[in-house]
Amino acid sequence: MMTTQSTPGSSSPLSVEVKNVSKRYGATVAVDDVSLEVNEGEIFGIVGPNGAGKTTLVECVVGLRTPDQGSVRVLGLDPRRDRAALHAMVGVQLQSASLPDALKVSEIFDMYRSFYEQPAEDDLIEALGLGVKRKSYYRSLSGGQKQRLSVALALVGRPRLAVLDEMTTGLDPQARRDTWDVIKGIRARGATLLLVTHFMEEAERLCDRVAIVDEGRVVAVDTPEGLAGRASGSRRLRFVPSAPFDERLLTDLPETERVEHEGSHVVVTGSGDLVSVVALALAKAGVNAKDMQLESATLEDAFLRLTGHHLDSEGTASRS
Amino acid sequence: MSAPTPPVRAKIPRAAFGQLLRNEMRSAIREPRGLILGLVLPLVLLVVFGSFAKFQAPLPALGGLTRFDLYVPILISFALAAIGLWSLPSHLATYREYGILRRLSTTPIPPAWLLAAQLVVNLCIAVVALALLVTLSTAVFGYRAVGGIDSITGFLLATLLSVGALFAMGFVIAAIAPSGTSAYVIGALTFFPLMFFAGLWIPRATMSPVLQDISNYTPLGASVQAVQTSLGGTFPPGWELLVLAGYAVVFGSLAVRVFRWE
Repeated sequence: MMTTQSTPGSSSPLSVEVKNVSKRYGATVAVDDVSLEVNEGEIFGIVGPNGAGKTTLVECVVGLRTPDQGSVRVLGLDPRRDRAALHAMVGVQLQSASLPDALKVSEIFDMYRSFYEQPAEDDLIEALGLGVKRKSYYRSLSGGQKQRLSVALALVGRPRLAVLDEMTTGLDPQARRDTWDVIKGIRARGATLLLVTHFMEEAERLCDRVAIVDEGRVVAVDTPEGLAGRASGSRRLRFVPSAPFDERLLTDLPETERVEHEGSHVVVTGSGDLVSVVALALAKAGVNAKDMQLESATLEDAFLRLTGHHLDSEGTASRS
Repeated sequence: MSAPTPPVRAKIPRAAFGQLLRNEMRSAIREPRGLILGLVLPLVLLVVFGSFAKFQAPLPALGGLTRFDLYVPILISFALAAIGLWSLPSHLATYREYGILRRLSTTPIPPAWLLAAQLVVNLCIAVVALALLVTLSTAVFGYRAVGGIDSITGFLLATLLSVGALFAMGFVIAAIAPSGTSAYVIGALTFFPLMFFAGLWIPRATMSPVLQDISNYTPLGASVQAVQTSLGGTFPPGWELLVLAGYAVVFGSLAVRVFRWE
């Protein structure tokens, strides 16, 4: 077996490398032969229902658990053996972690800043909307505020890799968008992000690539668009024409793959800006398109198709 | 297959421990359970006992000592036991229960630093409690502590070994307790029976020979004896210090083995 040695700080194209990792608790297999590669500088999402093994997987990545089988390399380091060195470069936000009740936000933040050689500036607190809470005790914070402080502490060391487990759970829509902006900013300065989420919109908006995890296995890895595309091939446009027309009007368009008739409806399957090119082509022939409906596949559809169940907003999978 | 490489070490800024300690001090002052049990309570008892004329009368049954004379070493052991057996474990178990140790283990800082900071804070409370108890009892309530080299070294050794034994037992309680609340309960259930053998309710001198023998082998019985002897001006006998050292070693090594971070 060849082991590549790299020193911390050297640039490697891979930020996280998970090879055939399995982890079981008693009879339950939490992670089942998972392999993943996260590139430097990308936002990588792990999506799946509760109990799919996402948290166990990232706990193996950040060195909190030892896999039963397989290997993990993070920034060229072994997460268990080089734990302290790794944590100087990797910021982690956990679901099951709390902070001392009797301390103020600024006291906790300053303490965590002191743990790192080149910590982030104080304005990280503002960016996450906690500026007015600086002097508040941890125990007096709302669930969403605690969550945002937890994200701030994961980012305070200017990590090369940030691993965030359900970072926007419990946040209101505005706070969620603010957090997304912070994440985009962190990536803009070159950091890699590994996000665990059951929130599809978050994965679609933020992630460069997404791994869909179900029952401890990786079902698919692709861009959000790629995964959505896999679900239905491409998008479908339905309409009712005002008059009969020559089908070649549409089949000749480069965007169109297929034209079908469903009763009075015409269904055009294709990609790109289907609505305007189809409407324009029809208008030229003096035909109006009524009741136009664009059906576009989402990550949600991909999830349904790949795993066979729906994912509701609480992250519980339901069989369909 | 390449040869195993040594673990890569992290550079941790030196100021980190200071920050950790500062926040532990703040927590100890804002949630003053440890201060109340280990400092305020024994001081209040000292003032109450010291103010009773009945407690200040010499008794022939006690060899000319007053009841108050007996209570000074008992309250010194009380303070150390309340901090070590009661306050320390409930703090540590709470830190584990709420994932505070777990959160810290995802930073470059070893979680053991938090335990060390807790230890320092509790040692500070213990030192302040001892200083106030000794000063107040001698300066205000006429307790005659004999100075001199035997007395002072004996007292320092007796209290140091008591701290070692009681804090080690506290770490074991923190290790076996599933939550902060249960650590508090186990702490209380350990504290009160042991305080009985220290003579908090009936003086050791009036205990039956069997109870006295048992008391000699309990950590607080040995602690009270050693503190009392040294304050009386003589270096405490070896067995008392040996009992305390034994508890410190046995529970210390047990704590290292059974302590859980999560």
